[in-house]
Amino acid sequence: MRPSPARTPFIVRLGSSFDARSWRLIGLFAAFALIAVPVMHLALPADHPLHLSTWFITLVGKILCYAIVAVAMDLIWGYGGILSLGHGLFFALGGYGFGMYLMRQIGRDGSYQSDLPDFMVFLDWKELPWFWIGSDSFLWAVLLVLVVPALIAFVFGYFAFRSRIKGVYFSIITQALTYAAMLLFFRNETGFGGNNGFTDFKRILGHPITAPETRVVLFALSALALIGTLLLARYLVRSKFGRVLTAIRDAESRVMFIGYNPLWYKLCAWTLSAVLCAIAGALYVPQVGIINPSEMSVANSIEIAIWVAVGGRGTLIGPVIGAFLVNLAKSWFTVSFPEYWLFFLGTLFIVATLYLPQGVVGLWARLRAGRRRGEGAAAGTTTAAAAKGAGA
Amino acid sequence: MNAADLPATNGDNPDWDSGTAELGHILMPGQLDLSHKVILYLEDITVSFDGFRALNKLSLTIDAGELRCIIGPNGAGKTTMMDVITGKTRPDEGTVFFGQTIDLTRLSEPEIAHIGVGRKFQKPTIFENHTVFENLELAMKTDKRVWRSLFATLDSAAGDRIAETLQLIRLAADADRLAGLLSHGQKQWLEIGMLLMQEPKLLLLDEPVAGMTDEETERTGELFLSLAGRHSLVVVEHDMAFVKQLGGRVTVLHEGSVLAEGSLEEVQADQRVIEVYLGR
Repeated sequence: MRPSPARTPFIVRLGSSFDARSWRLIGLFAAFALIAVPVMHLALPADHPLHLSTWFITLVGKILCYAIVAVAMDLIWGYGGILSLGHGLFFALGGYGFGMYLMRQIGRDGSYQSDLPDFMVFLDWKELPWFWIGSDSFLWAVLLVLVVPALIAFVFGYFAFRSRIKGVYFSIITQALTYAAMLLFFRNETGFGGNNGFTDFKRILGHPITAPETRVVLFALSALALIGTLLLARYLVRSKFGRVLTAIRDAESRVMFIGYNPLWYKLCAWTLSAVLCAIAGALYVPQVGIINPSEMSVANSIEIAIWVAVGGRGTLIGPVIGAFLVNLAKSWFTVSFPEYWLFFLGTLFIVATLYLPQGVVGLWARLRAGRRRGEGAAAGTTTAAAAKGAGA
Repeated sequence: MNAADLPATNGDNPDWDSGTAELGHILMPGQLDLSHKVILYLEDITVSFDGFRALNKLSLTIDAGELRCIIGPNGAGKTTMMDVITGKTRPDEGTVFFGQTIDLTRLSEPEIAHIGVGRKFQKPTIFENHTVFENLELAMKTDKRVWRSLFATLDSAAGDRIAETLQLIRLAADADRLAGLLSHGQKQWLEIGMLLMQEPKLLLLDEPVAGMTDEETERTGELFLSLAGRHSLVVVEHDMAFVKQLGGRVTVLHEGSVLAEGSLEEVQADQRVIEVYLGR
């Protein structure tokens, strides 16, 4: 970064994270999510060709949440070089945190007409366990969603990074962590509904959860959260913090010997990444209507890494594209050829790793550079820009 | 490093002004104390790896402003010595003091870097995916905590400093190139430039001219000579012509301890040194 006027207000610096073209794209996306989708879902009659179905809104809303997770993953993997294979844990914790509130909102409308959630009645519990206290408050739920995953990520990260655990060892430990959490949440005694998890939600802030209006609001919130995540991530990677983070990825010892303590940089990025996942999880649960321990399964966490790898590591927008591509493919495959989905996913990962080191974003850049070179050759000149593009 | 706990309390009659008395001056926590004109003390350092003694009761002192060359055959413990000074390796025994008061064995790598010890690695270690400019920016002496980095902007004074260093290491034309695209010699220079941006008081340079052309080597020598005096330099080198150009005192390490010390002519005439280098 070249010297800039030192006293630029922070909000301006945040805004200048994106160039004008990116802002136009973001504006377009926001207009789609906040205006077009509500109109096309609520105002147009169901038989209108432009009507958006509930199925569409739920599917895309879900993928928007996944995209947030993918960006959070890119922040630590693409820029920090830390591959987490346990990010599903933070996503699920966010989901459970908000799910507790949704369970309490059911009130006496459950099957047993009790003040307690159904699964507690089923287990013959007489009162709420201590960690459910306050869960009927929306604000408390928001607090839980943010604080619990942050705390767990911070403590885990502190010990892992302080012990200088890196690379594949770190990945394996994160995998073990999410697996252990899954086993814990499978137990009925843990107090989170065992293997059924939470479901049959009725209301959110008093509004019926399946009402089209509620869905549209949740969809818009997911879109806004994604935009916010992208903006924050983009600011971070372009700040000095981001440059230190990539420097740690590339030459950690050099970073230490010029006086930075990598521990705090990694820990900061890691904890932020976990919190972003938790927010995504909290938005995800009311839209899909269920949260259970399978969200913490190892396969789920690996899939997150695949979205990022397919889209393009270290690009921020790539992971969003990757999350959409893989999940749209998934929803098509699991309907048409359910038994082949995992084979397809595996193949995709291998192909992306071997032939697309920068994912589809890198492929796109290569194609464009190639085309520009082609045009240049046709005109009898090779532009410096094309040569540079091909070099990069 | 809590100097407040140290002497003043047990000194009955502290004599603050004299430079020679035991408690002869006020201690400032974390400040480099060069009152005895010595910047680095290594005393009886022993480091063993699985029974192999990489350093064996090594004792060495470096004066403030000195340019010292360290030579020695492979495995003599030169790199391990640098690891001990910079906090990468903890000695099994012995003490390392930076100035009179700072015990380096108690500090972490970033803390040691922060109080003024800069290190250049044997293999040039730079940030290949950052531009030359950014490499220098990251190395610059400043508050390096996370919170600062989140909101840091470059002021014009910092920009000037980077521009100055770019001139000095002759990379001004390459400021916006990715550091990974530089030649080997240029990478060495960039790493030296990063070291200078840290404004260290003591520079440890592990084979700084390896892979450089003769001309680059000579220019590097000139640079180091111009730094001596303001900084203290410890140069580990195999290139005898370069050591000769630098001209300072030479320490010969062998099997983890000091074999000989003196001018280059003196050590080259030393019978034990000849034996070690030529084999028995």
